[in-house]
Amino acid sequence: MGFPLLSLIVFVPAAGAAVLMFLRSDDTVRRTALGVTVVDLALSIAMLAGFDTATHEMQFTETYPWVPALGITYALGIDGISALFVFLTALLGLICVLASWVAIDRKVKAFMINLLVMQALMQGVFCALDLFLFYVFWEAMLIPMYLIIGVWGGEGRVYAAFKFFLYTLAGSVLFLIGVIVLYFNGGETFDILALTAQDLPFHVQSWLFFAFLVAFAVKVPMVPVHTWLPDAHVQAPTAGSIILAGVLLKMGAYGFLRFSLPMLPEASVYYSTMMLALSALAIVYGGLLALAQDDLKKLVAYSSISHMGFVTLGIFALNLRGLEGGILQMFNHGVTTGALFLFVGLIYERTHTRSIADYGGLMKVVPVYTAFLALFTLSSMALPGTNSFVGELLVLSGGFAADLAAGAAAVTGALLGAAYLLGMYRKVALGPASVGARYKIRDVNAREMAAILPLAVFVVWVGLYPKPFLNIIDASVAHLLAQVHGKGGGQ
Amino acid sequence: MDPVISIRPLLAVSVAGLAALAVLLLNNRERLRDVVSPLAAIVMFAIVISMAPTVLAGGTVKLSLFEVLPGIDFAFRVDALGMVFASVSSLLWIVAAIYSIGYMRHLNEHAQTRFFACFAASLAAAVGGAFAANLFTLVIFYEVLSLVTYPLVYHHEDEDGWTGSRKYLVYLMGASKSVLLAALALTYMLAGSLDFVPGGLLAGVDASAALLTVVYFCYLFGFAKAAVMPMHAWLPAAMVAPTPVSALLHAVAVVKMGVFCVLRIVFHVFGVGLVGGLGLGIATAYLVSFTILMASVYALTRDDLKARLAYSTVSQLSYIVLGAVLLSPVSMVGGIIHIAAHAFSKITLFFCAGSIYCASGKRNISDMAGIGRKLPWTMGAFFVASLSMIGVPPTAGFVSKWYLALGSVEAGQIAFLIVLLVSSILNAAYFLPVSYVAFFGTEAQESPATVREIPMMTIPLVATAILSVSMGIFPDYFLTLADGVVR
Repeated sequence: MGFPLLSLIVFVPAAGAAVLMFLRSDDTVRRTALGVTVVDLALSIAMLAGFDTATHEMQFTETYPWVPALGITYALGIDGISALFVFLTALLGLICVLASWVAIDRKVKAFMINLLVMQALMQGVFCALDLFLFYVFWEAMLIPMYLIIGVWGGEGRVYAAFKFFLYTLAGSVLFLIGVIVLYFNGGETFDILALTAQDLPFHVQSWLFFAFLVAFAVKVPMVPVHTWLPDAHVQAPTAGSIILAGVLLKMGAYGFLRFSLPMLPEASVYYSTMMLALSALAIVYGGLLALAQDDLKKLVAYSSISHMGFVTLGIFALNLRGLEGGILQMFNHGVTTGALFLFVGLIYERTHTRSIADYGGLMKVVPVYTAFLALFTLSSMALPGTNSFVGELLVLSGGFAADLAAGAAAVTGALLGAAYLLGMYRKVALGPASVGARYKIRDVNAREMAAILPLAVFVVWVGLYPKPFLNIIDASVAHLLAQVHGKGGGQ
Repeated sequence: MDPVISIRPLLAVSVAGLAALAVLLLNNRERLRDVVSPLAAIVMFAIVISMAPTVLAGGTVKLSLFEVLPGIDFAFRVDALGMVFASVSSLLWIVAAIYSIGYMRHLNEHAQTRFFACFAASLAAAVGGAFAANLFTLVIFYEVLSLVTYPLVYHHEDEDGWTGSRKYLVYLMGASKSVLLAALALTYMLAGSLDFVPGGLLAGVDASAALLTVVYFCYLFGFAKAAVMPMHAWLPAAMVAPTPVSALLHAVAVVKMGVFCVLRIVFHVFGVGLVGGLGLGIATAYLVSFTILMASVYALTRDDLKARLAYSTVSQLSYIVLGAVLLSPVSMVGGIIHIAAHAFSKITLFFCAGSIYCASGKRNISDMAGIGRKLPWTMGAFFVASLSMIGVPPTAGFVSKWYLALGSVEAGQIAFLIVLLVSSILNAAYFLPVSYVAFFGTEAQESPATVREIPMMTIPLVATAILSVSMGIFPDYFLTLADGVVR
């Protein structure tokens, strides 16, 4: 056991939050939080640099006994599937601090503490190799997120936060039951790898699959358990939305990848058609809802439902392209939708309206802002050359191979995406200037640019040269497929 | 012959890309800014034509930049088909660049920097598409072309501009984010690659005829820039753009990108054998014949000169597709050289329309009585280009129509010979009256003496008229290239 890199990645933000408690001025708090997230990002880059892409084995593992009597250990480790998300979490963490710099003007210290605690817990979820530890991180995430929405949110924040809490908690209860069943079936251990290795009878797999499904589907979110999402997004402060869209939604998909597929392969294969249908439904329904929105933030929120449908479609295509596309699309969605929420936040700070109808001709008023907004809008609609197109091509190619109808439905969703995103952009950025007349607004400043640029880089980088990203996940996806089809009898 | 590895394809694209940047940077230095485009056009044409000897000799020029996905590279490959498209586009950019300056200055247009930057970027995208080695690279340039031409269409930023540009984007993006996307994903699923392969990427693939047929039509309609009905309505809508845009982009670069993509699909994705074997050739031929005739009828009914030219373009584009899908070697050659023939003649006609508008402010044909006497060069060029569109020897249009007609006989499809003849009559019916009215009509009221030729516009349009004729007399360059594609 070498240098505890993952522990640092998880606990540096937590330690940072502890330090913040002793600081007085808001400015120092902001700077310290920024520093902490920079360190965390640097650590996660170091992790990627040292990551061995040739193996599917867990890397950077750390194991310490925790509650030996119950078989609980403190075990961390990452493989190709989690590595990207550790990095994404660190990247978005930094961007969240930048996005909250002036947007949060009351209880700054408490906010930043919540943000950093949240980041620590999210990193914990992606790194945990012990199911108990995982569950602790998973559940604990609810608290800071509840506070971020409930305290710093908009007018309907309490309702939104409560709804978010109830939905996720309801899902988690079933997950907990699943965990307990696994524990007793798997020889009283919480070791995720050991639990993955065991063969469960099909009927047990079936029950567990549905228990997990509820828990993960709420997080993704899949239709029909998605209704908490628009409320939470609309009420959350910008940083909250970025975390929600960028990382929290990935947790559900990550759950499918880490638990459902490898632990319950036969059930996963058996129910894959249902999952494809649910995914297609989410893609189309989410798209239709987004098409009907006048509120910028709601539009992006509903688009997330549609885009996460692509992710689950790819995952449950249960073939190489589908899975790789699904995972890549998780990363892309984090980058792009994170950026779009950032952009909604930036313009809301200036105009205090989110209604698309209030905008128009922004290109003349804030040219740099609209130029980057164009980039992220095009990325979100998966224009060839941007990150999402590569993911979408893989997902569709895998999806068509699994089920032609599901693939065709997904294509409809892609068309809807083009419709609501281009429509939004046209109304906001082009046409006669309406905002300029009413508001004196300024273009992006250096701090905001610092938040935008890294995301823009990933849009183009993944869009043209996704190989380094696919290399990271390749070995683990191949292994996962072998687990699914090896035990599940193949397709 | 082994492919020549060279950076020149990338260089050609970069020249226009950098020109777009330079234009943006020189925003405040108008004279310097205006020099950039013609200069870049000349350099780009030189680079493109420097690869011609290799391609004419049956070789290819390749440049693979990096692997995007397994089986998909970001790569350029210059072959005969790409060379036809690229040499036409880059050559005509030189004249169009000069013409644009004349047009924009004369009308004192707003947002000239944006205009010239987008214009240069469009050329980068067009030539990038021409040189793309696979569908992935091609669609990137294809979509970039849609995006950078969008501001050119809404250029005037008035009610018409916003409506027209909206339709433009809805059609082009709608097609590519639905059927084209599906076709790409299915092709990648079936073939594991998106490369252009002589003889057809999908030729040996194990897939049902039904699925392949679906994929084929998804491509045909997905590349909406080819304006095969019913995906044509964006083109007349795009006429709200300033005339140089209609001339070079909506008669050459953008629309030819569309048919170029369709030809790529027929020749290098499906392959002549598979298209014929599935009976798709004849089906497409009927489809495009309908477009050829219907669009001509629409053109007849339009009094706005640019609208008439737009519908004529819709019709002529389908000639190119018709030649390809008749699948006989001669008809395919006819289709391919019609890319060039139509480009030279149609750009002339649009240049003339712009010249008339700048000189007299007139758009409607019915108002143009007697204008030929004021603008003899413009209307003379218009007449020459009209003859080429109709297919009168010795113009370019004659050569390509001759091959098309011969090809439909060779293919044993006399029905399409009749289509060609009828549409030629229609061409004559909607083009010749314009010249007649211009030269022999009597003006309703004496137009002011200020109506006279604008040299910076007249010289380019005379040049393209000469090109239309000289291609008719010396068609060898394009014929050799077309032979190279068919062989």
